[in-house]
Amino acid sequence: MTTGLRHLLWTAAAAAALLAVTYAIPPFRNYQLATAAAYLCATAGLTVLVGLSGQLSLGHGAVMAVGAYAVALSQNRFADAGLTGNGVLAASLALGVLAALVAGLIVGLAAARLRGPYLAGVTLAVAVALPAVTTVWAGVFHSDQGLSVYLEPPPAGLGYDFPLERWQAWLALAGALLVMLLLANLVRSRFGRSLRAVRDDEVAARLAGIDVARTQVLAFVVSAGCAGLGGGLMAVLTQSVSPGAYSLTLSLFLLMAVVVGGLGRLAGAVWGALLLVVLPDLTHTIVASLTLSPAAAQRLEGNLPLAVFGLTLIVVMIAAPGGISGVVRRLTPASPLRR
Amino acid sequence: MDRFLFLTVDGLAKGAVYAAFALAVVLIWRAARIVNFAQGAMAVATVYAAYSVTQATGSYWLGFAAALAAGLLLGAGIERAVMRFVPHTSPLNSVIVALGLVLLLQAVLGAIYGNEFRPVETPFSRTGITVGGIALLSRYDLFVLGAVLVLVVLLALLFTRTSTGLRMRSAAFAPEVSRLLGVNVAGLLTFGWALAAAVGALAGMLVVPTELGLHPNTMDLVFVSSFTAAVVGGLDSPIGAVVGGLAVGLVLSYAAGYLGSDVTPLATLALLLVVLLIRPGGLFAGVRTRAV
Amino acid sequence: MTLLQVDGLVVGYSAAPVLHGVDLTVPPATIVTVLGANGAGKTTLLRTLSGLLRPAEGGIRFDGRSLVGVPVERVVRLGLAHVPEGRGVVAELTVEENLRLGGVWRADRRDVRLAQDEVYELFPALAARRKHAGHQLSGGERQMLALGRALVARPRLLLLDEPSLGLAPRITGQIMALLRRLCDETGLAVLLVEQNVRSALSVADQGVVLSLGRVVAAADAAQLRDDAGLRHAYLGF
Repeated sequence: MTTGLRHLLWTAAAAAALLAVTYAIPPFRNYQLATAAAYLCATAGLTVLVGLSGQLSLGHGAVMAVGAYAVALSQNRFADAGLTGNGVLAASLALGVLAALVAGLIVGLAAARLRGPYLAGVTLAVAVALPAVTTVWAGVFHSDQGLSVYLEPPPAGLGYDFPLERWQAWLALAGALLVMLLLANLVRSRFGRSLRAVRDDEVAARLAGIDVARTQVLAFVVSAGCAGLGGGLMAVLTQSVSPGAYSLTLSLFLLMAVVVGGLGRLAGAVWGALLLVVLPDLTHTIVASLTLSPAAAQRLEGNLPLAVFGLTLIVVMIAAPGGISGVVRRLTPASPLRR
Repeated sequence: MDRFLFLTVDGLAKGAVYAAFALAVVLIWRAARIVNFAQGAMAVATVYAAYSVTQATGSYWLGFAAALAAGLLLGAGIERAVMRFVPHTSPLNSVIVALGLVLLLQAVLGAIYGNEFRPVETPFSRTGITVGGIALLSRYDLFVLGAVLVLVVLLALLFTRTSTGLRMRSAAFAPEVSRLLGVNVAGLLTFGWALAAAVGALAGMLVVPTELGLHPNTMDLVFVSSFTAAVVGGLDSPIGAVVGGLAVGLVLSYAAGYLGSDVTPLATLALLLVVLLIRPGGLFAGVRTRAV
Repeated sequence: MTLLQVDGLVVGYSAAPVLHGVDLTVPPATIVTVLGANGAGKTTLLRTLSGLLRPAEGGIRFDGRSLVGVPVERVVRLGLAHVPEGRGVVAELTVEENLRLGGVWRADRRDVRLAQDEVYELFPALAARRKHAGHQLSGGERQMLALGRALVARPRLLLLDEPSLGLAPRITGQIMALLRRLCDETGLAVLLVEQNVRSALSVADQGVVLSLGRVVAAADAAQLRDDAGLRHAYLGF
């Protein structure tokens, strides 16, 4: 059985299982599942970039914003023009991916000439500059306030009382599965091998006839496209976009998810995306169980997830650089995503 | 023309802070080959320490001293407790750990002090002194410039005139040889982090009371500008960091003055990209060129 | 009487040790040369003595006290200076700063200054280039600087790793002669690792031949010079 076929079967099996899950869980959990799926698009893309090509991006939150704003603008334009239907949403998401691909190409072209801390610095500057973009072109992006996103109710064919959250979960899961299928095949392809070769030894890769700069730019573009889809889906879920939702902190969260999940392993991206949803939920529960003054509770609830994420990032980097999937892999038979 | 003069003077005052902060970045880069992305968050933490001390005692200067002391402790503590244990398998490791510190420090500060902006008082007036009909530097700007000048002179003396400075340079360039010559390289690394964090604390104390206000994330943009300044200077060169800081201050001041203050982050990004793509080693690249 | 006493030194991973039980003594005011082919373990021996590597087994006693586990930066304070292979001049620092570095741990600043002046007297070429950076020096000047810098610490034992590497024979000769003089006049002991067997044996009092991490011969230098069989077997001339 070829790898491609095996990946396809896995994806189909996952889709069937997830479909069943969306019927079994309440709307709120479906919404969380959808959120994790949207994050997964971004973390999977970032995993390929950081883990396989060794380029660090602190700007993937901003790339998600590009996708989200593109989807928002496109959805609203279509709605204003009286165009509706699910083909329109697909077109908007495609536009979101396209916009992110272009953004990825621009950053990637610059990034291919930069290494390590310099690249991190540039992408950090991108993340920090994002709110300024929305302010400078306030006529389009509406500054800090952001845009609301038009979203149609689920297709009538699904039934009158079909929950919106389940529909959102379907959309996001479809996107995430698509990304995973694409990336799983990509990392096993020649391109994936080139990426690892460049990461491990640039000079040797060059001697082996690999176009280092092109490989790195391509990695950035692919990774940005995935993040753009994630951002677009996020816009569909929250039905709004604003710079505050795509701050530097989001970029750092994504990085944390990728590192904690396990750098360079797509399975790690899944763990990371789940963690991004579960941890804040968990800290919320913990804070709620403490007896605190309302002000203290609010301060703690907003900051505890950050503290946990930060601490996790530090501890994992120092104690278990393989991340969660590294630990899981040690307990289970070999998985195919890393040589 | 008056406006240009005003923007120039204002840019130099801002640039002095960037220069100080860039010096902190360069200090750690030289000592440990790490770009400390947590520099901004560490500086904010020390400014909060100063804020608490000033609130409790009513004295700006006690707060000022507390910030510097907190910087020394925080820098040394982070090197001893965290950075020392980061595996050296990839240069990304230390960057990622520093980012983890950013999240952790900002969260702790937010949990203690809350996430709203707090205004911070300046020890001197911020109203510009009028010279020949043009409002130029304020007393506070003069204080900033003076403090940075003192800092630069002290650092220059430390590195060129003292035995500790000689040891620090040697430990950074040739750690193994330095150990053979009796230099306590590990101890100096801790000292380097402490010193850099104190310098960062000074920069934070100078910049937060201006337009920023105190907030856990308040130094994010200042860090990016100062990182740009350090890159302009070549990361390895303290003189480069100072010149880079002033240059960045001027560019941002003109951009804000002529195009609107909203473009400042975009101008920083553009400047950083231009410098990295045109002269990756920085304008003050040292004798040994390094791959970027 | 011995200054340095090495007993059964084993260094490296248990599967493939680099040194397998090396014994060695260096008396005061003596030049002992360690000879052997590439990979014999000479550099490993010196790096272990100065604390850069930790022995798996065996003892190192210097002036009656054990050096095992003493941190590298402490070893020089006990009177043992190591000039590493490739000389270790700090390229970014000037000649003067490199020399200052040699005495940076010493409290007696006056004697440090005196020692620096003595180095400039020993090597007038360095005196002329005080303000030059290390990377501007020739190979011979770098070797002089590394040696001089070690002397500023006023060591009782000098560990020298391939001082003749890449140097013209004339300069090598000068350096060897200087070592002999320091040994005779100041009582300095030298453990000299060399590939250049002839010049090493011409100046040394004793010689030790290492092969694949073991001592295969230890004798007076003159004896080694005259033992044709040994020379052929291990030293290749």
